[in-house]
Amino acid sequence: MTVQIVTANRLRDGAVVYLTTARTWSEVFAESLPLRDEAEANAALEATKADVKARKIVGPYLAEVEETPDGIQPNSARERIRASRLPTITPDVGSWTHRIEG
Amino acid sequence: MYRYDEFDATFVAERVKQFRGQVARRLAGELTEDEFRPLRLQNGLYLQLHAYMLRIAVPYGVLSSKKMRKLAFIARRYDKGFGHFTTRQNIQFNWPHLDEIPDILEHLAEVEMHAIQTSGNCIRNTTADHFAGVAPDEIEDPRLWAEIIRQWSTLHPEFAFLPRKFKIAVTGASHDRAAVKFHDIGLKMVKNDAGEIGFEVIVGGGMGRTPAIGPTIRSFLPKQHLLSYLEAILRVYNLLGRRDNLYKARIKILVTATGTQEFARLVEEEWNRIKDGVLTLPEAEVARIQDYFTPPAYETLPAISTELETAKRGDAIFARWVRANTHAHKVDGYSIVTVSLKPEGGAPGDASADQMDLIADLADEYSFGEVRVTHHQNLVLPNVRKQDLDALWQRLAAVRLANPNVGFLTDIIACPGLDYCNLANARSIPIAQRLSRRFNDFQRLEEIGELRLNISGCINACGHHHAGNIGILGVDKQGEEFYQITLGGSSKDDSSIGKIIGPAFAIDQVADAVETIVNVYLEKRAGADERFLETYRRIGLEPFKEKLYGNSQARRPAAE
Repeated sequence: MTVQIVTANRLRDGAVVYLTTARTWSEVFAESLPLRDEAEANAALEATKADVKARKIVGPYLAEVEETPDGIQPNSARERIRASRLPTITPDVGSWTHRIEG
Repeated sequence: MYRYDEFDATFVAERVKQFRGQVARRLAGELTEDEFRPLRLQNGLYLQLHAYMLRIAVPYGVLSSKKMRKLAFIARRYDKGFGHFTTRQNIQFNWPHLDEIPDILEHLAEVEMHAIQTSGNCIRNTTADHFAGVAPDEIEDPRLWAEIIRQWSTLHPEFAFLPRKFKIAVTGASHDRAAVKFHDIGLKMVKNDAGEIGFEVIVGGGMGRTPAIGPTIRSFLPKQHLLSYLEAILRVYNLLGRRDNLYKARIKILVTATGTQEFARLVEEEWNRIKDGVLTLPEAEVARIQDYFTPPAYETLPAISTELETAKRGDAIFARWVRANTHAHKVDGYSIVTVSLKPEGGAPGDASADQMDLIADLADEYSFGEVRVTHHQNLVLPNVRKQDLDALWQRLAAVRLANPNVGFLTDIIACPGLDYCNLANARSIPIAQRLSRRFNDFQRLEEIGELRLNISGCINACGHHHAGNIGILGVDKQGEEFYQITLGGSSKDDSSIGKIIGPAFAIDQVADAVETIVNVYLEKRAGADERFLETYRRIGLEPFKEKLYGNSQARRPAAE
């Protein structure tokens, strides 16, 4: 069965955020609320419209995740990079990710 | 350098004020995202993967030291200490906050900069030869004309909602350094049989999912008619360009569908209607703008600098940098210097705030206060005395800005890719980093010679992969990144579109694949003078394909 989460960007700074079990928004992927049922997932997404209206977030959508013994994991390159909150560019001379706090 | 007149200053200030109001309304909930999105895009503001991204226009790639210092200030104060120079001679900041954008725009306005028309379906920043005004092969300085196009196209009410974005490039040189055949409109200054200078007009080139080399629709356009002719082209496009399909909306699709001759006829018909009207350029106005591009006060210097020759003999690394990163200048005793933003292991086009400040200082000390941005994502100091090259090189080397790799394989063009971009399918920068580490032997780079390698993270081709001698395109296969390789692209006078060599490679296979391609070239080339592109054109894809995919299962790519 497909497990999904709801993710979006925060309006003020564009940061990647995830809908949590407490129905708040967190920058930490692991705190995402896993949605195991299609109807439940759609309802959760629908409910985020209130947060869009309240100017907390932009562009919420459902993303499929993988369930592993260590918890849920993003299952695409795009979602892995979003979840890391950073570009994957290896810290080195000429790239400046060491200055990025995430 | 051009200075804003009262009109420029007023509209930029008004625009900042207007956008401040729009951001406030968005944050107050008076505008929905759907309502706000087109407004922010008109001001160069995107929402990317991790954050907002602000794209700032650098008109025809020309920056003063003052502007560069302001960019450094913005990088430090509002971003994370760096910026990314793009293939459209612009700069992008990757981490600004929405509520601070109006302040950033206000700072930019102080130095006559803005982010207007760096996004959206309008006429974008006009790009130009980065050696404009200083190249020895120049027929005429194209900056004057790029500036005239900037004034005409900025906030042009008729062209604010085109079917799709629209990019114009200008060159005044006999060698194309501005990729004019890959633009919606490419303008090449030419001399006719009577010795008059005008424009060859090329329309309908482009990259993206349908790459096209633009055909010439007029071989000679007298200069005074430039704007009326551009207006005629834009009108035909605005009326007939497709708006029903995003992927077929660019002018290249219209030109192909209509046929070059018929398209040219439609343009000429419209042009004949408007050509001697208000858009005819008044000589006095052209002269007024021309004054801003008067050459700086060059000294009379010998063509050969003994100081330079002595320094080259004394330091092989310096001599290598001079060979790769300096170029002939139109004035004796001067050089054009390309500052490589491609350090080993670096992100192509990235510069830190400290580096930007240093470049600004060096521009003041050595280059009449001027810097250029190239579409290869490097910076240029256009007016350096040959006798100063050694001192300049030492200052650049101290902050790792002296990589002697301009024009070589590691002078890679790369879009931000999936590390930053919402549209990307795959990462670009990590591929560039791996390649720059793999090919970090400068003796070998020199042996390989001129080789342009370009990487795009998706088919939109911001990394110009179609025009790379070796092009790398990131593709998505069920959520994972793979890379398609093309060979034979070029954006120079001999423009061509690269051909796909075969099935895509996994990320860990790309550097090996490039190495294999380079080895085939070295083995097959007719001599050390035969460039990669020439060898490819002589022998075709097959020898490369055979070595890459051959019989060995171990070399077989992971994805079909």
